Amino acid sequence: MQDLAVLFKGNNFQRLMGGLGVTLELSLISVALSVVLGLAVGVLMTLKNPVIHALMRLWLETVRIVPQLVLLFLVYFGLAKTFNLQLSGEAAAVIVFTFWGAGEMGDLVRGAITSIPAHQRESAAALGLTKAQSWRYVLLPQAARRLIPQAINLATRMIKTTSLVMLIGVVEVLKVGSQIIDAARYDAPQAAVWIYAVVFFLYFFACWPISLAAGWLEKKWS
Amino acid sequence: MDTEFMRKFLPMYVKAAGLTLRLGAAGILLSLVVGAVCCWVRFAKVPVVRRVAGAYIELARNTPLLVQLFFLYFGLPKVGIKLSAETCAVTGLTFLGGAYMAEALRSGMEAVDPVQNEAGLCLGLTPAQNLRFVILPQALATAIPAIGANAVFLIKETSVFSAVALVDLMYVAKDLIGMYYKTDEALLMLTVAYLALLLPLSIAFSLLERRLRHAGFGRAV
Repeated sequence: MQDLAVLFKGNNFQRLMGGLGVTLELSLISVALSVVLGLAVGVLMTLKNPVIHALMRLWLETVRIVPQLVLLFLVYFGLAKTFNLQLSGEAAAVIVFTFWGAGEMGDLVRGAITSIPAHQRESAAALGLTKAQSWRYVLLPQAARRLIPQAINLATRMIKTTSLVMLIGVVEVLKVGSQIIDAARYDAPQAAVWIYAVVFFLYFFACWPISLAAGWLEKKWS
Repeated sequence: MDTEFMRKFLPMYVKAAGLTLRLGAAGILLSLVVGAVCCWVRFAKVPVVRRVAGAYIELARNTPLLVQLFFLYFGLPKVGIKLSAETCAVTGLTFLGGAYMAEALRSGMEAVDPVQNEAGLCLGLTPAQNLRFVILPQALATAIPAIGANAVFLIKETSVFSAVALVDLMYVAKDLIGMYYKTDEALLMLTVAYLALLLPLSIAFSLLERRLRHAGFGRAV
């Protein structure tokens, strides 16, 4: 237990929090970009054009099936080798997570839009609402209620997935954790179990409130 | 592209894919068991245990597998609990997957109208028969898409096993890049390997989903 004290030795604690900052910053940028792009992608996905439909389908299946770590390797190592494009680990991470997140978000948007029964649109038209009004007052509020809890869940998944970026050399919370453990190898041989437990709970307390909010909204709006 | 190189190292990928599949399958099956137990505990409202299951689900769903694995593989040996890399991998995958499966099964169970249960009992079915012939077929049909998505998700998650020194697909690719600098070939084979593993699984689940749609009751869902 006394090895837990390593956490507060020197500036270890600040460094770990700094690492958490990197994790959250990468997630936040990726989530924000994914939401913006995903809204546009989702609308594209509802179009009947067969070419667009096939392309969107291909994209979605790709990000669903290829592991995020493989995508990270493709962008980080593959681009560097093939196109001599030397991206930083952070840039590769944001590109991959946005590529993945926008696809998933697009599908959620598509699901939310198509889940609204056709009679809602028809009733709005019958009541004399213009197209813009029917979106503003009838369709979007219903789509948003379905979408927001799911989008929040996607955000927690993205935060968790950022732990992979340590494997392409980004120094985030997990990496700082292992650095602290390595540095204290002789003074505190049991530090690993404590530090990794701390990192575990840091992730938990970053994601859990967000998950709770999603669950609460889902219940409230269902 | 160096096809000679790719042919030469194909067996390594096949072997690694075997490991990925074996550990993934073990993790998925154990996750279903853990998920079913958690789901039952919560539905049967077993006191205390139910709270524990709830806490477990929240913990597992809100933390990354990589951190769980580091704790199991690098952390626990320091306090005297030594597990092999494979045991760590399957334990971690089950810890994560069990919570996801529990949620999938719960949403299936909740989708069954309570009237179905009452009607079954009125018809003289025993509770066990009722569960077997009335509740489960409907609940599973609703849960299958989520179970399938979780299975694909868990196999994808196995890609972090290389971080605890297991020779999986990711590990082989990293190794080949490091040794021969054949980045393109190694990454192409890596991607193809995951597609070969996961596309059939994904397609199989969507077929199964279509077959089980009878539970929509009255309308096509």
